[in-house]
Amino acid sequence: MSDTGYIIATLIKILVILIIFSAGAGFTTYVERKILAFMQRRLGPMNVGPYGVLQIIADGIKLFTKEDIIPQNAVRAIFIIAPVISATAAFTALSALPILPQFTIFGYTVHPIISDINVGILFIIGVMGAGMYGPLLAGMSSSSKWGLLGAARTVIQLLSFEVATGLSILAPLMIVGSLSLIDINNYQIGGFADWLIWKQPIAFIIFLISGYAETNRTPFDLMEHEAEIVSGYATEYSGMRWGLFFIGEYANMFTISFLVSLIFLGGFNPWGFIPGAIAILIKISFFIFAFLWVRAAWPHVRPDQLMWFCWKVLMPVAVINILITGIVLV
Amino acid sequence: MNKDFKDRNIKEGYKFIDIKAPASKPWDKFLQVSKRTFKGELFVGLWIMLREMLKFNIHTVQYPLEKLPISPRYRAIHRLQRLLESAENRCIGCGLCEKICIANCIRIDTKIDKNSRKEVLDYTINFGRCIFCGYCAEVCPELAIVHGKDYEHAGEQRADFATKEDLLTPLDEFKAGKQKEFLGFGSPSKDADKFIKKTPLAY
Repeated sequence: MSDTGYIIATLIKILVILIIFSAGAGFTTYVERKILAFMQRRLGPMNVGPYGVLQIIADGIKLFTKEDIIPQNAVRAIFIIAPVISATAAFTALSALPILPQFTIFGYTVHPIISDINVGILFIIGVMGAGMYGPLLAGMSSSSKWGLLGAARTVIQLLSFEVATGLSILAPLMIVGSLSLIDINNYQIGGFADWLIWKQPIAFIIFLISGYAETNRTPFDLMEHEAEIVSGYATEYSGMRWGLFFIGEYANMFTISFLVSLIFLGGFNPWGFIPGAIAILIKISFFIFAFLWVRAAWPHVRPDQLMWFCWKVLMPVAVINILITGIVLV
Repeated sequence: MNKDFKDRNIKEGYKFIDIKAPASKPWDKFLQVSKRTFKGELFVGLWIMLREMLKFNIHTVQYPLEKLPISPRYRAIHRLQRLLESAENRCIGCGLCEKICIANCIRIDTKIDKNSRKEVLDYTINFGRCIFCGYCAEVCPELAIVHGKDYEHAGEQRADFATKEDLLTPLDEFKAGKQKEFLGFGSPSKDADKFIKKTPLAY
């Protein structure tokens, strides 16, 4: 393939992924409100469009037209750039993610991955970690005590759980012997019995828990927990700047769902009679549902409990898991 | 339950749960944590939420489309009733409601007409002040001022007045037999129509 063709194809892929995941983030907010409502015996949004489907558009219009407030004592440049960092990091992480199996359209083979780098998983984890600067800078620059507390919590939470995430996926990576997500996926090509979850159940659980912490979702939504610190790092944000944080959070949810499915649950390999593309969509949908389900069911933990859980439970268990995996492999 | 127990707040059928003292020693703490971890209480929570979602037992009342029934004693916007016999205003202008009104929102304008009877010229209620306590309806000797069931009222001004024309049952509505009697305290019974007799002078 020529260079020009490659560039054009990549640009189209970037555009498609941006559009799909922005729309997906918006639609997930609707699904989230509906599912939370059903679980709490409510109906959720009902008035905008049939069964409230157009609520996303109403919310979008509201976000775009809301007054954009920058607090008086805020550090203006950093305050403006922080939400962009958050959203950019979340979408950059998606670029190394193989989303579907490769398919042929109009006689042209499409690889639904923007950049098949050989350290894909490392890149994704790293970029998601860099996304931490969004909440951190937002909280510190907004000259609000809630923002500052939120920023502090962001750092302790994300930094601690980076360790648990990294150690937990080390064991499956040792088995596969590659950091490329395509290789990890192809390792499980043999079907249901080859899924890495059967070899690494503990790593799966730890990675899932760390994923909840890194996407700032309910048992660990400490950095913007309303009951304690108003809205944490996003307290002073309004309008589309706040919306960018939100889109970033939902894009991260998708990334984590994809990672869990790809590393542990067979990725986009065909699952019995189900073709690969449908199989991965089912897995993603289940994990997105699980995010909402957990949010409806569980209370959140205290920051000190979170630290205790991360450093005294998850990290030792992950290290022991790596040790056992190493012994078995050798 | 102990019958001799003096605290009357604790009734028969109360279930007491056994609350243990929190663990203090490290080993006890460890046992407590592991017990809680492997007991699966978190999954009970997840199951309950999923069950509720699948049952789909929704309690939402979609308010403008669906409305809950209100109590017959509900105290909403006032109505002035007409006499069943002559369709005249029941109000005799005695001024008791004006006197008892604790929010001071009722004004009655009366005059002595040519038969030297009191005639009610106007009857206004300031709904900006009214607290809907129901004293006026309770004190009225003629069951003239009552509380209706129209609870959806919004005013464009803070002082939202209602005059006699607004409150009094419209004549066409009255003639169609649509005057709704107030079912709350002091209202006539449902079979009150049977007991209405014409005054002796009429026959």
